[in-house]
Amino acid sequence: MDYYERKSIVSMLSTIVVLGIYYWSVFERFDAQIMNTDEQLQFWSKAILIAIPISIVTKIAVLIAFAIVNYIITKEKTAGFEDERDKLIELKSTRNSYVIFGMGFVAALLVLAFGYPPKFMFIALILAGIGSEIFDNLSRFYYHRKGV
Amino acid sequence: MSTHNIQNSIRKLRFEKDEMTQQQLAEAVKVTRQTIVAIEKGKYSPSLELAFKIAHVFEKPLEEVFSYKPTKK
Repeated sequence: MDYYERKSIVSMLSTIVVLGIYYWSVFERFDAQIMNTDEQLQFWSKAILIAIPISIVTKIAVLIAFAIVNYIITKEKTAGFEDERDKLIELKSTRNSYVIFGMGFVAALLVLAFGYPPKFMFIALILAGIGSEIFDNLSRFYYHRKGV
Repeated sequence: MSTHNIQNSIRKLRFEKDEMTQQQLAEAVKVTRQTIVAIEKGKYSPSLELAFKIAHVFEKPLEEVFSYKPTKK
């Protein structure tokens, strides 16, 4: 397993752990309150908006820590730049993640269209966000391992 | 993914060029070592520009470094 494959795995695990814990606490807070529809919309909107900086900051911290630990263990120097293959892998992985998020967005609209409460629409959006992030990392892992 | 029809003789040419390492070739053409590894294994078909750069390092014409085998239908 090379540096980029390990990085994809670490990034994916950090997404699952950080967002998993965060949304777990959000769901517990949501279940502990009684809210009308407007308050629910506000609650979920705030929860998702707060998740964005949390996700970005923790990912940066985790990847910096990973780079340091990886260097200490393997003494392997990274190139420090992206070449044409890296860019192609990034493009294809991002495309795949957009497809997953798009499907989740449509699922969220369907949930509302079929008359389910807004909570389920936001659950679909959250799952789409996490799923697209995981799929992005899995795609990177796959393209680095199997070729692009 | 790795169903490329482009084959190459980079490994042989590296050996003939004073046993040049993958890292040295990568630095010469300004890509990562992983990209050279992927090209040698046939897991990545380089851009035309990169292919020319690699051929230039070995001072060979492009067709001596890369060859194309069409898929049989």
